[in-house]
Amino acid sequence: MTLLEFMPFIVLIPLIASGIVALLPGRNLPWLVTLLAATASAVIAAVVLPAAISEPALSYPFGNWPPPFGIEYRVDAANAFVALLVSGMAAITLLWAPKSVASEIHGRLGTFYALFLLALAGLLGITLTGDAFNVFVFLEISSLATYTLIAYGKDRRALLAAFRYLIMGTVGATFLLIGIAFLYMVTGTLNMADLAERLPELRDNNAVRAALAFIIVGMGLKLALLPLHLWLPNAYAYAPNFVTVFLAGTATKVALYVMLRFIFTVFSPDYSFVVLPLSTVLMVLAVAGMFAGSWVAMFQIHLKRMLAYSSIAQVGYMVLGVSLATATGLTAAFLHLFNHALIKTALFMAIGCVMYRTGSAKLDDLRGLGRQMPWTLTAFALAGLSIIGVPTTAGFISKWYLVLASIEAGAWWLVVLVLITSLMAVYYIWRVIEAAWFSERPAGAAPVPEAPLALLVPTWLVVALNFYFGLDTRLTVGASMAAADALLGSGAGLP
Amino acid sequence: MIDNGILRVISRFLIPFILLVGLYIQFHGEYSPGGGFQAGVVFAAGWILYVLIYGLERGLNVISLNAMYVLSAVGVLLYAFTGLAGVLLGGKYLDFTPFSANPHTAQQTGIIIVEFGVGLTVATVAMLLFTMFARRRGEWLEALEEEDEGSE
Repeated sequence: MTLLEFMPFIVLIPLIASGIVALLPGRNLPWLVTLLAATASAVIAAVVLPAAISEPALSYPFGNWPPPFGIEYRVDAANAFVALLVSGMAAITLLWAPKSVASEIHGRLGTFYALFLLALAGLLGITLTGDAFNVFVFLEISSLATYTLIAYGKDRRALLAAFRYLIMGTVGATFLLIGIAFLYMVTGTLNMADLAERLPELRDNNAVRAALAFIIVGMGLKLALLPLHLWLPNAYAYAPNFVTVFLAGTATKVALYVMLRFIFTVFSPDYSFVVLPLSTVLMVLAVAGMFAGSWVAMFQIHLKRMLAYSSIAQVGYMVLGVSLATATGLTAAFLHLFNHALIKTALFMAIGCVMYRTGSAKLDDLRGLGRQMPWTLTAFALAGLSIIGVPTTAGFISKWYLVLASIEAGAWWLVVLVLITSLMAVYYIWRVIEAAWFSERPAGAAPVPEAPLALLVPTWLVVALNFYFGLDTRLTVGASMAAADALLGSGAGLP
Repeated sequence: MIDNGILRVISRFLIPFILLVGLYIQFHGEYSPGGGFQAGVVFAAGWILYVLIYGLERGLNVISLNAMYVLSAVGVLLYAFTGLAGVLLGGKYLDFTPFSANPHTAQQTGIIIVEFGVGLTVATVAMLLFTMFARRRGEWLEALEEEDEGSE
């Protein structure tokens, strides 16, 4: 028995732990069990990733019912990489959690952490499963838990934000379900590998086309692709800081993975990019998202909203990589998926530290804070460098590959657009630095102490990871290339 | 609604049957349409009817809020640990074959335990949801009464 055989336990550990945590009393014990569960998941995911890269695909039949009859978990480089990201980010953000949660949520925390574990298990389940309907089930598990987590926010507007996300998220999930139902109707199977085998015969079937369209719109909503992004800014802005930190690094990434899995594995690229003008549609929406997101972020005075809009722009970069439909483009998408999780988590953690001390995330309240909370705001500035894409940071690596992919596809103008939006990122990060260091503290403002070490250490850990993955790219680039290969079926013909 | 004789008598007559149908769907689920989810909802509906007639307070005497909360988690754990037992006995997760030498008995044992967990969770969660809304109404009415007293 090796750890490899415990692959499904990446999902099962948080799922089982959520039942236990819900019953635990007090405030520290639930957190501790949650941390242990997330760490255990991350360890198994770390063991599974190298195996998934070197071997074809790991399969685990639930209840020993052989696929395609039973539900199977099917893990290749693409989903092992995302699973490692999600479980790893969960473990790191949990280290950051206790102080921040203590300042925002009162009473016993068993329910809160149980919901967090359900959201985590849902996200990991979406990632690992090889069954199309199972994707929908786990999507609902994670979404329902997420709505509740957002509603925990101290601000009353959190309720409205959660409700709005609930409506939009349910519409998205319904679209996905309709798409899957169409596929089931014409093929009679729900297993993804089996679907991939049966769909080529049905190239001219309108139901299959409609299914692809429904699935892309549904996941586009969950992904916050430009015209479908309206739920995201308020949800991120008013959720408890810990929830924002976790969601920013994981939720949209998993939605992107599902979209890629359907476009590339289930439908195969020579279907999805030929039958629908997917390349054009995604490229236009991605570029529009990059510009609109960055543009709005430049004028936000609420910093969490600013970062949320920046997230919409970053989703644009990832989708841009996908729209090129080349191996390099996909590699860039996966790289940015991973690196952006690190960047946004670090930025939201730093803002969370500021909110822990000042209770406000308004740009005006940040004036002159640089001298009083130097460590926190230096962390913000360094993570900011990463989102701009300065060399030696993780953000540079993903932008570099995106530029490479654009040049390779002969789309020089995309390089210019990426550069312009990066300059816009310089502006919105600079506004924060200017306020923190170059303006005076308003007269009569109470002195603010530096954030506690319990918050600073995990924040700096993620900032350090940003620089580590900016210098040592063996893991990220290697895994991203393997993931792109896995999705493209290694050397499959492209349009 | 306890003052209404017709409602009281009819519901008294109906509630045992509703609970019985719930249990029937639960324990006959492996042969006929049904299973834990449907059974849980029907069973909870019986309790909710009781609350509608006799009031939330008497309903909570039957099963307290804490009991609902704990049982809803216990149901999930029952499911999860039955699945885990399959792994511990050398099979896959949710693999019931190792439970007994006879494959038929093994599958039946496994699915009944698992579905009982589902039924337990669904029933208690349905009751919890109802209680949450019912309590809000109670709080609202109390607040109205206080306001009335204050104005007089």
